[in-house]
Amino acid sequence: MSISVKLMQRPAPESTSYLRAALSGMALTFRHMINPVKVTQQYPEEQTDLHPRWRGTHVMETHADGRPKCVACGLCPTVCPANCIRLVGGEDDQGNRYPIVYEIDEFRCIFCGMCQEVCPVEAIHVGRHFENAEYTRERFVYDLDRLMEQGHASTNLWDPSDPTGE
Amino acid sequence: MEPTLVPIGGVWAYVAMSAKVTGIFTLVMVVVAYTTLAERRVSAWIQDRSGPNRVGPFGLLQPIADGIKNILKEETLPATASKFFFILAPILVLVPSLVTFAVIPIAAPLPTPAGVVDMVIADLPIGILYVLAFSSLAVYGIVLGGWASNNKYAFLGGLRASAQMVSYEVALGLSLITVLMMTGNVTLTEMIWQQQQLGMWFAFPLSLAFILFIVSAFAETNRLPFDMPEAESELITGYHTEYSAMKFSAFMISEFGHMVTASALMATLFFGGWDLPGSWDDAFWYDGQLIAGFAADGSVILANPAWWKTLLTFGGFAAKTAFFLVVYIWVRWTLPRFRYDQVMSLGWKVMLPTALGYVVLMAGAILVLDEIGVRWGFGYGLALTAVSGVATVAFVFFIDRGRTITGAAAQLGQRVEIKSIAAARAAAVAARTTQPARQEG
Repeated sequence: MSISVKLMQRPAPESTSYLRAALSGMALTFRHMINPVKVTQQYPEEQTDLHPRWRGTHVMETHADGRPKCVACGLCPTVCPANCIRLVGGEDDQGNRYPIVYEIDEFRCIFCGMCQEVCPVEAIHVGRHFENAEYTRERFVYDLDRLMEQGHASTNLWDPSDPTGE
Repeated sequence: MEPTLVPIGGVWAYVAMSAKVTGIFTLVMVVVAYTTLAERRVSAWIQDRSGPNRVGPFGLLQPIADGIKNILKEETLPATASKFFFILAPILVLVPSLVTFAVIPIAAPLPTPAGVVDMVIADLPIGILYVLAFSSLAVYGIVLGGWASNNKYAFLGGLRASAQMVSYEVALGLSLITVLMMTGNVTLTEMIWQQQQLGMWFAFPLSLAFILFIVSAFAETNRLPFDMPEAESELITGYHTEYSAMKFSAFMISEFGHMVTASALMATLFFGGWDLPGSWDDAFWYDGQLIAGFAADGSVILANPAWWKTLLTFGGFAAKTAFFLVVYIWVRWTLPRFRYDQVMSLGWKVMLPTALGYVVLMAGAILVLDEIGVRWGFGYGLALTAVSGVATVAFVFFIDRGRTITGAAAQLGQRVEIKSIAAARAAAVAARTTQPARQEG
């Protein structure tokens, strides 16, 4: 195995000039200095529109009377790959199942969106939202009330008949 | 009471001096603070970023936030550092960078009812020598800081600083010799007055000296492309690697203070200081009187100072200084750092002989002009401009041949060697591959 030396094709010393190169560099930076290309997004003031299929903080859909749509079937905690959903189901007098405890640990969640895909009654959704910073770790466990309070738009699922989302 | 054309005296002299010291010190510190902001914003624009724009409108309160942060941060003291010198070094760096501004006139004299106030803290008779002495004192602080840190990178930075400062101090001093030959004096007020009398700023009749001075000043202030003592990519941050909080801030303030002083010096020595085009603002102390110039028969023409002239000339001085500060920043964010041997060869092999030759050339030109009786005035300046122009063009032509400071030129011998090695290797490989496969026993 021989060592290969890569020879850089440099211009001959006689044809190079520090001064001319420096001056052309100065001209370039001067053009940028007086007319900088605006590429920075001033984030808190300027918000990017999130994609319709952006998967972020969860939303629990509610009925008109304020009850959660969830029927505590147990599919979402089963399918969840990060095991971040805790569900304790209950049953009322009419035999309707409802969640007694429904918690999502947003810290554990990997935002795959499978809970939304698997939900038979379209109750749990991932949402178009990402600003969910908190001061303590405990605050990242969203309970049922907090999930129902989330006001942001929920994510559109991928539709196989319309793969590009048009 | 009418303003009189005599220097301010009595108790009011002390009041004026206190006001000037306080005012100029505050001004320099504020300018230093805002130069740090300007550096960050301008560098951001050059790189298509926005820079700090959150604290206050357009980020204008950022220097205050930086100051508070630096005061509140933890002061670290390396366990193996020499404590006394470690603490002494930032002081030794900071003080010279601030006191040099004392001799730089910032505006035309201000008339007051009690007398005329010179807009300079101390119009020392040694003028520029004081500036040179104090600006080279700062290197002691840098070397001491690097040495006292007991850190090899800091030490290397300090060593480089000392070598670089000594090398470029020579060219700096020699480029100033031509200015001294023109003015025949070392005080800065006299230099400004001579430029007013000449009718043109020294940047034109002494163009090569200006080029040498600006390059040396960049090296003296340790700014890119000469920031060998800091050289982040090689030495972490060089001599102030071990410093934190306000001690680090002292180093930064001194670097920017030197920048401000050097910019003000360039404006004063080569661009007329506070002088603005036209002769309406000429003012100079002569025989205890403020005069604007001499009439043809040698009698004095009294100056006519006014507060608006002071204000306007101060604006002119500030604009010139700000221009050079922007040039400092602009160059820093354009040119990459020189290699250490390039810095040394530029300083000793290019700057020093050029400056020496230029001193001889200008001395000859001034002697010839004086001998043939050309009056000190615009024609005198034009003649010297022509001589300097030729010298400058010759200098640039020589530099531009690529033999002095290009990386490729420095590696010329090396490249030939590498080529021959590579050719030998290729031949060996070719010989091996054409040999028949060895018979396995």
